[in-house]
Amino acid sequence: MKRTIIPLGPFHPLLEEAEFFELTVEGEKVVDIDLHVGYVHRGIEKLSETKTFDQVPFLVERICGICSTSHPLAYVQAVEDLAGIKVPERALYIRTIVAELERVHSHLLWVGLAGHFIGYDTLFNWVWKYREPVLDVFENLCGNRNHYGMMKVGGVRRDFSKDDFPFVHQVMDQTIAATEMLTGAVMDDPVLHARTKGVGVLTKEDAIGYATLGPVVRASGIPDDIRTDDPYAAYDRVDWKVVTYEGGDVFAKAAVRLLELVESAKIVKTCMDRLPDGPIATEVRSIPAGEGIGHAEAPRGEVFHYVRSNGKNTPERHKIRAPSYVNIPSFKATCIGEDIADAALISAAVDPCYCCAERMAVVASNGDRLGKGDDLVRMSREKSRRLKDELGQRTPLDKLGDSLKG
Amino acid sequence: MNLSKAVSLNELRRTYGDRIDKCEEVSANRAYVYLSPAVLPKVARFLHKEHNGRLATVTGVDTRDGIELLYHFLHPQEHLFITLKTRLDKPSPEIESLASLFPAAIWIERELYDLLGVTFTGHPDLRRLVLPDSWPEGVHPLRRDFKGLSES
Repeated sequence: MKRTIIPLGPFHPLLEEAEFFELTVEGEKVVDIDLHVGYVHRGIEKLSETKTFDQVPFLVERICGICSTSHPLAYVQAVEDLAGIKVPERALYIRTIVAELERVHSHLLWVGLAGHFIGYDTLFNWVWKYREPVLDVFENLCGNRNHYGMMKVGGVRRDFSKDDFPFVHQVMDQTIAATEMLTGAVMDDPVLHARTKGVGVLTKEDAIGYATLGPVVRASGIPDDIRTDDPYAAYDRVDWKVVTYEGGDVFAKAAVRLLELVESAKIVKTCMDRLPDGPIATEVRSIPAGEGIGHAEAPRGEVFHYVRSNGKNTPERHKIRAPSYVNIPSFKATCIGEDIADAALISAAVDPCYCCAERMAVVASNGDRLGKGDDLVRMSREKSRRLKDELGQRTPLDKLGDSLKG
Repeated sequence: MNLSKAVSLNELRRTYGDRIDKCEEVSANRAYVYLSPAVLPKVARFLHKEHNGRLATVTGVDTRDGIELLYHFLHPQEHLFITLKTRLDKPSPEIESLASLFPAAIWIERELYDLLGVTFTGHPDLRRLVLPDSWPEGVHPLRRDFKGLSES
């Protein structure tokens, strides 16, 4: 059969991110895929060599707008490994709380976008409504909705106040309840099943071969998670479980993220309850010559940092490896043999990282501001219901929407 | 945990003890193994196939007198990082590719080829990864002698 090359990019069709895929297709089937990256290569490893050890956390925080605490966390752990610095208990708990809150908002973001991609804007709006308070929690605890600036070599920069905790508990309870409700709806929805089950399967062998990370590898039934594989912060001091799911398809990847959300919210609650008193940082005077490895489980998988020092106040070499770097090449294993229509969804299922910093307001054609997120949810739900009624099909997600009405 | 109980590290020493140069245990779960470029692929295969080692990434460092490559293998069950450290000669550093062992090495090696000018023999698709197509051939920004591109 005749082969055609379809270019996807240089912007991702679903996530506004610079990647370029060349899909080779025969009819509707994808037979080969070539990936081009580097459009946003900023030379941060080289730039880091010109910054002092204390400035680097601010630099690496800007690698990613979503998992912005994972990079500084992995970096400070690398320097602490290099210099043999012991971090106070209270700082370890604060690090855990920030890292898990980040997973909560990041997974909510993805679940919402996934719903949006397959035409379920109801899901998108509901999920993002529950994500917003998590960002408010960040603002309360860290002083910023994104880029928290919390990590420093030897501890954390800012202490938490117990006065903020009742609000955080409330938001986490709300997140758990909302996630469980949404999980039930997603698991039972026949349309979602049809779109995601058996689509873009990453087998166990390919998951290991491509060294995939995070929810991508755990959706193939492999319990790889840095939080237990090489415990850091306070993860070995609280009870929680690594979430895995069998199947390796888009459905499994969504399921892992939904189930992880609940675990993360529980970790945040436990850490707040057990937060020990004491200092939040060890004083660090200078960094000796040597080398260190630090890594952390970001929402998308392991973030890896290697730092080498020659005794000066800047790193001699700083190597960074983000999780999407190893997850994206696995498209070669998951897209080939699938329909073109599913290729974009499959590539979005690994949650390749992009920065979302914009907020929006809807303005009617007469210039009136239509209002807040609630109105958007209402409009979206009305539209979905109208379309579904025309088609004569009621899905569990619709029924869920009805039960939540009013 | 104590590194003396790390099965993968002990097995590595037992099997390849006479072919590795040095083994340093720098902390409770970080070990660095120094070896020659000829032995490295065999040890990498051993760690991956026999002891579930996952190649986290490869760090390349220009040490001025040569190129140092560090292969970071994570052994999840043992909470252990084993880093294989080898040194390649300038001006044309070369080592055997690990791409036939696992596809995860394909991008890692392409990046090192791109930024540090290391050639991986037996690589199925050794071409530029992150630098733009218009970047001049033979210029590698992570080399110490790189001072930027001329304006022309």
